[in-house]
Amino acid sequence: MRHIISILLENEAGALSRVSGLFSARAFNIESLTVAPTEDASLSRMTIVSVGSDDVIEQITKQLNKLIEVVKVVDLSEAPHIERELMLVKVRAIGKDREEMKRVADIFRGRIIDVTESTYVVELTGNTSKLDAFIEAIDRTLILEAVRTGVCGIGRGDRILRV
Amino acid sequence: MLLTGAEIVIRCLQEEKVEFVFGYPGGSVLYIYDELFKQDKFKHVLVRHEQAAVHAADAYSRSSQKVGVCLVTSGPGVTNAVTGIATAYMDSIPLVVITGQVPTAYIGQDAFQECDTVGITRPCVKHNFLVKDVKDLATTIKKAFYLAKTGRPGPVLVDIPKDVTNHKCEFDYPKNIVMRSYNPVIKGHSGQIKKAMQLLLDAKRPMVYAGGGVILSDAAETLTKLVKKLGFPITNTLMGLGGYPGTDQQFVGMLGMHGTVEANMAMQHCDVLLAIGARFDDRVIGNPAHFNEESRKIIHIDIDPSSISKRVKVDVPIVGNVPDVLEDMLKLIEVAEARSDAKALAAWWLQIKEWRAKNCLKYKQNSNVIMPQYVIEKLYEVTGGDAFITSDVGQHQLWAAQYYKFDKPRRWINSGGLGTMGFGLPAAMGTRFANPDATVACVTGEASIQMCIQELSTCKQYRLPIKIINLNNRYLGMVRQWQEMFHGNRYAESYINALPDFVKLAEAYGHVGMQITQPGDVEPALRRAFTEHRNDLVFLDFITDQTANVFPMVAAGKGLSQMILAEDL
Repeated sequence: MRHIISILLENEAGALSRVSGLFSARAFNIESLTVAPTEDASLSRMTIVSVGSDDVIEQITKQLNKLIEVVKVVDLSEAPHIERELMLVKVRAIGKDREEMKRVADIFRGRIIDVTESTYVVELTGNTSKLDAFIEAIDRTLILEAVRTGVCGIGRGDRILRV
Repeated sequence: MLLTGAEIVIRCLQEEKVEFVFGYPGGSVLYIYDELFKQDKFKHVLVRHEQAAVHAADAYSRSSQKVGVCLVTSGPGVTNAVTGIATAYMDSIPLVVITGQVPTAYIGQDAFQECDTVGITRPCVKHNFLVKDVKDLATTIKKAFYLAKTGRPGPVLVDIPKDVTNHKCEFDYPKNIVMRSYNPVIKGHSGQIKKAMQLLLDAKRPMVYAGGGVILSDAAETLTKLVKKLGFPITNTLMGLGGYPGTDQQFVGMLGMHGTVEANMAMQHCDVLLAIGARFDDRVIGNPAHFNEESRKIIHIDIDPSSISKRVKVDVPIVGNVPDVLEDMLKLIEVAEARSDAKALAAWWLQIKEWRAKNCLKYKQNSNVIMPQYVIEKLYEVTGGDAFITSDVGQHQLWAAQYYKFDKPRRWINSGGLGTMGFGLPAAMGTRFANPDATVACVTGEASIQMCIQELSTCKQYRLPIKIINLNNRYLGMVRQWQEMFHGNRYAESYINALPDFVKLAEAYGHVGMQITQPGDVEPALRRAFTEHRNDLVFLDFITDQTANVFPMVAAGKGLSQMILAEDL
């Protein structure tokens, strides 16, 4: 099962490597990992997408909690939540492809944020499957470069992760 | 008043009432050593290799419950210490390791004796710090001690660049530490404890399985009280020996890969298992799938939630400090109306006695060759079962664990988790420093002892009258045993050739050496060592049977009840 794990941790040098080191040392899987400081500069918030059985995910959350710099850990996927990922795709846009690319980007509510005579950069946000779907929808050979942020997520309604 | 970083380090250690610092000087810690030279509140023990500094500090802690402290220089000082740190980490031993680092401006420049200490040690410490500003030094050291000894204990490393030890600031040692990200649970959940007691009192075939957590948390006395009250059988892990009196009738011996028949069978066939400060590791329960074939209810008490349901699913998890939880259980028993099922318990004991009657630790005595087990039995007799026994790793370690019956906690000092050869001798040093009047023996083999043999020099310098019990079979015994049993008798590189003359070696270091070749000489030699040479380090080189194997044995990947016994072969 795919899980989205949200972590609040002290914003200190080395905290990220403690988390990533834990995953490699214990052979846990990481699909994506994002991290940045929160509105409180002393705290970072990390979102990790991992795939594993319930037992493995239980171990992951326990082991994360054991790290001294980790303040809180929540498995977002246990309850209603929202997830988003940002993708920037640079595509070749010449001739009839230029028109087509614009149309597909519109359908996916993407924005074209850089234009040259021969290329577009499309900005797209959504959940992982939407981003995957966009990649599927366009002609693969037109993709020059693609970069994704990895998932970040937040609980719905009253589910709040803070100190 | 302004103090330098080096002075602050010393003051912090004094504030923590440190008695001994085990270490080795070098370039980046020179300012610290200079301040250490000027004070006499604690002593420094100069080892001959940094690995030994950490092992000695580790055993100092294991044998006394205090935090062990070591001090090493940057680069190779740190990398040499890593084996010791990993050893302590695997066995959850509270240590504060202070390491020198190159000056802050040089970090990352591949400077002389530079290594990424925090990076190298990260996976084998409870936590580590790099102190970049002298203003953070005192708080960081306070945090290090606090983290090392609270919750599940472990080694904490503080890396201090050389310039920081020479910068000045006001010294203010914090009284206590509050960390929003670190709050270990002490008190067990009362509802869970009630549930556990109910299960235990309803049990037909109960079993208690207690590990190193009992020793670390000083819960031996409470555990003994509880188990006596319940009348249940109890086993200890390799790390837990001494947590319950080894000579008591309710003790069924050590369990696991080389556990007794009665311990392993009772573990496999019980209907309610109370696991305390133990972690169901591979050397303890063998193949978890096989272990799970029998249905039983498991109660697990541990201070570390991640130890619970890691390898075996647990029915009643109780996160908390072991002695606190056991006290709560004792209180519940006092007032409980229900009593355990005496009839079922009697039948269960009858079954256990049947397993016990197999007498699985018996071995063939030999009148010409010294049997290693015999040496341990005699060591037990001669020391009255009251010595501190440290060990290295291999067959001798398991024989010591099987044949020396530990009645008290903190008397059995071995590297159970990491299995570090070379641990025994420096561990004996640390044990002796913590217990200056105690009898300390190091049970070792001719291979293990050579991994930290240089410490014979430290023993001379500090006049440590350790007794080295060298079970010399001219083989890497445990490797040889596996090769005999699982690799068609192909003894690849397990024969130890070109051994030194250990008697001369001991003498060269200024100690007493004895070689014992005849079974009849075992006891007299031990008696001489422990009486006449009470105040000397004695290296007893016992030339033992080369073919002796450790039994019972559960082969790797097999189930706990699938033991190979000596009589099967």
